Amino acid sequence: MSANLTMLAYSIAAILFILALRGLSSPLTARQGNMFGMIGMALAILTTLAQPNVMSYGYILGGIVIGGAIGTVIALKIRMTALPQLVAAFHSLVGLAAVCVAVAAFNAPDSFHLLADYGIKIQSRIEMSLGVAIGAITFTGSVVAFGKLQGLITGKPLVFRGQHALNLLLGLSLVGCGGWFVVTPDMLPFALLIGLAFLIGFLLILPIGGADMPVVISMLNSYSGWAASGIGFTLENNLLIITGALVGASGAILSYIMCKGMNRSIFNVILGGFGTEGGAAAAGGGASDKPVKSGSADDAAFIMKNARSVIIVPGYGMAVAQAQHALREMASVLKKDGIAVRYAIHPVAGRMPGHMNVLLAEANVPYEDVAELEEINRDFGQADVAFVIGANDVTNPAAKTNPQSPIYGMPILDVEKAKTVLFIKRSMATGYAGVENELFYRDNTMMLFGDAKKVTEEILSALEHL
Amino acid sequence: MENIDPALYGITVFVLACFVGYYVVWKVTPALHSPLMGVTNAISSVIIVGALVAAGPELMSTSKLMGFAAIILASVNIFGGFIVTQRMLQMFKKKQLR
Repeated sequence: MSANLTMLAYSIAAILFILALRGLSSPLTARQGNMFGMIGMALAILTTLAQPNVMSYGYILGGIVIGGAIGTVIALKIRMTALPQLVAAFHSLVGLAAVCVAVAAFNAPDSFHLLADYGIKIQSRIEMSLGVAIGAITFTGSVVAFGKLQGLITGKPLVFRGQHALNLLLGLSLVGCGGWFVVTPDMLPFALLIGLAFLIGFLLILPIGGADMPVVISMLNSYSGWAASGIGFTLENNLLIITGALVGASGAILSYIMCKGMNRSIFNVILGGFGTEGGAAAAGGGASDKPVKSGSADDAAFIMKNARSVIIVPGYGMAVAQAQHALREMASVLKKDGIAVRYAIHPVAGRMPGHMNVLLAEANVPYEDVAELEEINRDFGQADVAFVIGANDVTNPAAKTNPQSPIYGMPILDVEKAKTVLFIKRSMATGYAGVENELFYRDNTMMLFGDAKKVTEEILSALEHL
Repeated sequence: MENIDPALYGITVFVLACFVGYYVVWKVTPALHSPLMGVTNAISSVIIVGALVAAGPELMSTSKLMGFAAIILASVNIFGGFIVTQRMLQMFKKKQLR
């Protein structure tokens, strides 16, 4: 294949990738977009296979078949509640692949046309060290994120003394090693560079708590893109550069949206330790002896049966309890009685961006019924019932009223404005932020204690017998 | 014009692609943010292009082994990423039952 034709084919693949993202602007065009993505990827692979220096097809096909089979099986078997850890695992693979490609390029610079008469080109050394460092950080960072989401590592923030100083020191050493490699492109600085980047990725994600995972996953998504771009610069391949930039931008925007959803800066999230220090001060009101109104499934069924409109607020607790199917059945029963039922999704509900939407879609909730915070927040005032299932911090009015609270300034769903608020919770425990939720003690609030799925099923059967 | 450093072409392409990514991704509906992660994950595995070049030569070498490993890793992602995205999007079809 001639160089011009190759360039053209790669450009077409890049355009197809852009269209794949463009398709996601609406559920109606999204599947077509995904198809464009697949075609683009096939085109990119076939074009590369047609290059004269790519010969050993046996190995290559073997690799693709092995990897493809593993990927296919995992993707078909995975449960939708486990999506966040799957995505984290996939990010780690991109990172590791980037490291492998960089090591390959270091070992055989001539097959990547990186050689000048004095050795590997200076510029390629810079690009190579950037690509390999970002790739390595993405790898170990994603492995830790996976461990936390899967429950292999505690979801609590792990903090120790001198953590930030250590990270700073490691970061500076990483830059130093990069500089060393650029000056003398030997094995030692290259290996040190990779080792340090692995360590930093690990330490960077370790102190970040479970509920901050939407930001972490988005951030790692972004890193995997920048890693691909870095490798693209090394190989002087525009397709890699463009795709990496698209993915990097996407991850960065998602991180921004998630941070805004919590009213926190990205630095605040990365520095970690949220919910370990601020919580004690904010909970100091001695609120625990205030009376709480708790009710049964029958009470809840009665209240909802007599409502005209119900807004459901799902949170991570719904995902953990796998309550989405029971919830949808409950909503269907209510709708048959002419009650308007909608769902309100907070941007950071769940463990990854859009997590709740996927779970509700899985349970056959029509996406027209699902609304984002800005669309639906004004409607709580007219709603008869706000049904909060497995969410806590995102409904806490302290975010608006108490400047001392760690969640102050976070946009919340105004469930307090509904005539009645039903909370399904396992206990009175505080949410991730470690803050007391004053809504629990209000007169128009009724607590339904128990497992989200079990309580929903009880309400469902109570509704059917009413 | 004199000879332009190829890195400058790369940077130009990179910056323009960042802008395209920025505007396209802001258009993505928040309901589809999970599929967005799935599909970006799949396409970032286009890094397989580099792996193919590394694994390309007939002769065995460290480079070739690394390329082979990267092909497997990237393939898991490509197939896994696109399929899981497709599964998610399948669920966002317009529903008959109301």
